[in-house]
Amino acid sequence: MAFAAFATQAAPVEAAPRRRSRMALFLLLPGILYLVLFFLTPLISLLLTSLQAPREFGDIGQYDYAFNWQNYVTVIDDYLPHILRSFGYALAATVFALLFSYPLAYFIGVKARRWPLLQSLMLVLVIAPFFISFLLRTLAWKQILSDESVVITSLKALSLLAPDAHFTGTPVAVIFGLTYNFIPFMTLPLYSALERLDTRYLEAGSDLYAGPFTVFRKVTVPLSMPGIVAGTLLTFIPAAGDYINASRDFLGGPDTQMMGNVIEANFLVLLNYPAAAALSIILMAVILIMVSIYVKRSGTEDLL
Amino acid sequence: MKSRPLPTDPKILQLIRRAGAAQVARRSVLAGAGAGAAALALAACGSGSSAKPVAATDKSESDKTLTWANWAAYIDEDDAGAYPTLVAFTEETGIEVNYDVAVDDNNTYYGKVKDQLALGKEIGADLVCLTDWMVSRWIRFGYTQKLDHSNIPNLANLTPSLVDVDFDPGREYSVPWQGGFAGVCWNTEKVPGGITSVDDLWDPALKGRVGVLSEMRDTIGLLMLQNGVDISGDWGDEDFTAANDVFAKQVDDGQVRNIKGNSYLEDLKNEDTLAAICWSGDITVLNAEAGDKWQFALPSAGGTLWNDNFLVPIGSPRKANAEALINYYYEPEVAAEVAAWVNFITPVEGAKEAAMAIDPELAENQLIFPNAETLAQAHVFRALTGAEEQKYNAEFQSVLLGA
Repeated sequence: MAFAAFATQAAPVEAAPRRRSRMALFLLLPGILYLVLFFLTPLISLLLTSLQAPREFGDIGQYDYAFNWQNYVTVIDDYLPHILRSFGYALAATVFALLFSYPLAYFIGVKARRWPLLQSLMLVLVIAPFFISFLLRTLAWKQILSDESVVITSLKALSLLAPDAHFTGTPVAVIFGLTYNFIPFMTLPLYSALERLDTRYLEAGSDLYAGPFTVFRKVTVPLSMPGIVAGTLLTFIPAAGDYINASRDFLGGPDTQMMGNVIEANFLVLLNYPAAAALSIILMAVILIMVSIYVKRSGTEDLL
Repeated sequence: MKSRPLPTDPKILQLIRRAGAAQVARRSVLAGAGAGAAALALAACGSGSSAKPVAATDKSESDKTLTWANWAAYIDEDDAGAYPTLVAFTEETGIEVNYDVAVDDNNTYYGKVKDQLALGKEIGADLVCLTDWMVSRWIRFGYTQKLDHSNIPNLANLTPSLVDVDFDPGREYSVPWQGGFAGVCWNTEKVPGGITSVDDLWDPALKGRVGVLSEMRDTIGLLMLQNGVDISGDWGDEDFTAANDVFAKQVDDGQVRNIKGNSYLEDLKNEDTLAAICWSGDITVLNAEAGDKWQFALPSAGGTLWNDNFLVPIGSPRKANAEALINYYYEPEVAAEVAAWVNFITPVEGAKEAAMAIDPELAENQLIFPNAETLAQAHVFRALTGAEEQKYNAEFQSVLLGA
């Protein structure tokens, strides 16, 4: 199955021979070079930039290397609401995506087992949005949900929305966009976990007088935990750093700006490179800390 | 500032020199000893020198090519996607032009090329068109080459009011390409009363349906004019802050729906916004594209006038070719041909008369060939110093980013 790439149940790996092999080293070299060049070097450069200080009598955008750690204090002071908002939106989007994807993945992975054709078809449908650019899909939602669109006008006609209510440019729109855009990243790992769910465990559960809900809670969820963890990580991490959905040019407005948008504005418009770099480092650090706590607590360390 | 012994490897040495020119000294040494371990040592220190980059040597004589970076839909284009005036230019001069639609925002374009500019390297363009304030920054930083006016005799056709601009007196480094107004526009079906001043945008009936531009000088410029400030004159921090406060209040109150760059047209089209601060040429195009239902006007207190200008980046070795192209576009007939297509204001004197021959109605359009009366209503936002730019940008962006 093509989705084996998302395989979540770690197969026992045989211990590799301890002998140092030149061949192995040689084979590792391209990967290491790549990482050093395109990950480590930019990361160090980012760290150094985040500590720069404005040049004395310098023009806009002119900075010198220094050890100006106050940059971090300043950006947290200036942009704390945006930092909190980013993680809040990302969390909301992750929860919604999980609530939406779990039944979907369960249906494809468990219920549809009898009809392989339906199963494949539904998987294709989950992946289909990837055939269209992320930007275009988001723009399309902006059009579909604009003030004079059929959707919004009918909701207003049905009094489900206040007559002067808007959708685009609101936090709801941004969370909606994030949820929509990351659903496949949630569904696929869940599917690959549920696809291998042994239904005999479920039978055993009900034989032991567990109700359907208890079986779900005590058997299905724990068995699909690796999928849940992988899916939530694949959704939460990029959603926290996303700056397309919240951008004023897409679904966002002035009061929905996330960290990515702040970094963009600092880098491109304000030419405050140290602030942009400091915010990027903070974003990375917070995600790293949150993810390690999460993975530790959900007992799926072997995933990483 | 710490100085360290230089490594001996000539390649690394060369890398350091290059990096040093950008006020960045970077050393990266790859040590590949041991079991596939790589260590990266990176030392950096500011090298204080703020020397301006040096212009490249001109090779136009031997290299008859030219890359022109410009904005989308900013030159005459035929149905086959060719640019008729450029084709004629190549026939006339033998210079092959690669017209590159590489600029879609002053800031992102600057972000893309700034490092090469600081080093005096080529940026993949020999001629770039950017807006006044960005041109002002390039000139301040020494990122442009001084133009040889003897190669551009047609510069005599430049509209007199655009010769001695504050960021480039005498047009030594930059020459206008096209200009436009920022004013107000509205949906004539939904706002039949029209909009005559910026204050009309704050009408409670339009709550949540007003768009403004993310271009600071246009949005704040219009608000300052409404406050009675002469934006070309000698105004100060208080005037800016007063206008920015009005802007912040309207955004906070939800009167302003969104603050956008070029994509504001989408909002007008799908009617998320019914009235907005707009650029003149866009409305002509929008009406042609999506039904004749928008109207543009300069507000009673005045609108802003901006120009996009030709620049020759410091690293380009094809300056003479670029000057030949500028000269060509300053022929009134050519300018008229471009104006008829792009709907912006041409800076070339005599283009109006030439346009009369092509399309008399076009020549009467005040948004393309404004007369003295219209021009008196439009004002140029004065050039800002580096410190002012930084401060005002920060104030304006804090509204755009919200709390």
